[in-house]
Amino acid sequence: MYSLLRTIWLIFLHLFHRRVTVEYPERKAYLAPRWRGRIILSRDPDGEERCVACYLCAVACPVDCIFLQKGELVGGRWYPQQFRINFSRCIFCGYCEEACPTYAIQLTPDFEMSEYDRHNLVYEKEDLLISGVGKYPGYSFYRVAGLAIPGKDKGQAENEEPPFDPKRLLP
Amino acid sequence: MMGLAKVFGILLVLVILAALLTWVERRLLGLWQDRYGPNRVGPAGLLQVVADMIKILFKEDWVPPFSDRLGFILAPAIVMASLLVAFAAIPITPDIDIWPMNGIGLLFILAMISLSVYSTVLGGWASNNKYSLVGALRAVAQMLSYEVFLGLSLLGVVLQAQSFDLRQIVAAQAGLWFVVPQFLGFVVFMTAGIAAIHRLPFDLPEAESELTAGFHTEYSSMKFGIFFIGEYVGIVLVSAMLATLFFGGWLGPVLPPLLWFLTKTGAFIAFFILLRAALPRPRYDQLMAFGWKLLLPLALLNLMVTAAILLAT
Ligand code: SF4
Ligand code: SF4
Repeated sequence: MYSLLRTIWLIFLHLFHRRVTVEYPERKAYLAPRWRGRIILSRDPDGEERCVACYLCAVACPVDCIFLQKGELVGGRWYPQQFRINFSRCIFCGYCEEACPTYAIQLTPDFEMSEYDRHNLVYEKEDLLISGVGKYPGYSFYRVAGLAIPGKDKGQAENEEPPFDPKRLLP
Repeated sequence: MMGLAKVFGILLVLVILAALLTWVERRLLGLWQDRYGPNRVGPAGLLQVVADMIKILFKEDWVPPFSDRLGFILAPAIVMASLLVAFAAIPITPDIDIWPMNGIGLLFILAMISLSVYSTVLGGWASNNKYSLVGALRAVAQMLSYEVFLGLSLLGVVLQAQSFDLRQIVAAQAGLWFVVPQFLGFVVFMTAGIAAIHRLPFDLPEAESELTAGFHTEYSSMKFGIFFIGEYVGIVLVSAMLATLFFGGWLGPVLPPLLWFLTKTGAFIAFFILLRAALPRPRYDQLMAFGWKLLLPLALLNLMVTAAILLAT
């Protein structure tokens, strides 16, 4: 009985407490830089698309909301011809970002993307692709990868040794 | 003509008040839970009531095909009618009331509160739904047992005032409010009153967390709205009774009688909302045990001690 009365009294005292509500549209809450929100596709420091259309993000996605189609440039660079994310399905788990070997796909601290029509939540490549580098300023996949592309041959990548010549006898 | 104006005046004020109480309750709950509650529509969210009304009016008024049509439609009407009619007997000020009932006002109100249980039972039964039925069963047992002390706890007041007439009961409190000599009766009556209108923490017939919405699970649109408003009318009714029977009704210094009555009733309404914010719902057997093993002996004890003292003096 005493505990009941005490509860009532304590709750009554809340009359004089500060409210914890953040009145959202007028005052915005702080979002951490690593907040998992709207997804973007970034470019490398040279301004080329980072995505190499490896499909890893589409495979990693637990709700299968990423659709993409591989295309190939002259010289052997891959790129996504189409890249579509259905945000009405996305659960913002960040697995795509984890899976991506090129830091192309990134989640950003933005969640204000509500729509009246579901179809407007399907973002195409031109909606996703940004002109900057996102969270990883200096990184360029082709500069560290062994693949030969125009302007960079085998063995010319950072930290890469010259290719091994199998016809040589020396070890 | 004057009588008619009073009837419709009180009716209108009451229904509007009950609708406004939805807003008051949400704001007060917000206050006690360190948040805001509805504060967007209109000044301080006041128009939320209107918005809710519009929304509820435009919902589909669905009578389930598996239900018993007559009972289903009748149920919300009963709770609203019986609780509103009960107000006829409550003297708001010396000259504002509808019908003093020739000295049996208290009995009339108790009878009407008892009638309102039919709405819960009918609603639950006619819905033909398991949740509703369980809710209705609980409602019957809860109301039947709590009605006993609802009446018994008031007998002390009746004994002291020597009358069932609410005006005389108020008049008898001119010297000392009955809450002091009848404190036990007050506590028992308040508990039983909350149970009788199945308000939290005694809302077992509804019990959202276990029974979805209990007896009104199947109700939609304005029928649900009427249940909802009916519940608030019940709160106002029990608060008004508490104010009249134990806190001297319209009596009070300086301020006009109407204001005193409203203040006292409003304080009780706020207190009921505070109870909702603070207390968890008891288990069903706890509720029954609490009623029969604690409240009933208390009410009887109160009655006998009052009677003994009155006989001795
Ligand atoms: S955040 Fe998760 S759900 Fe959304 S696209 Fe990436 S992997 Fe799929
Ligand atoms: S994992 Fe990265 S590189 Fe591979 S397809 Fe997805 S976004 Fe492109």
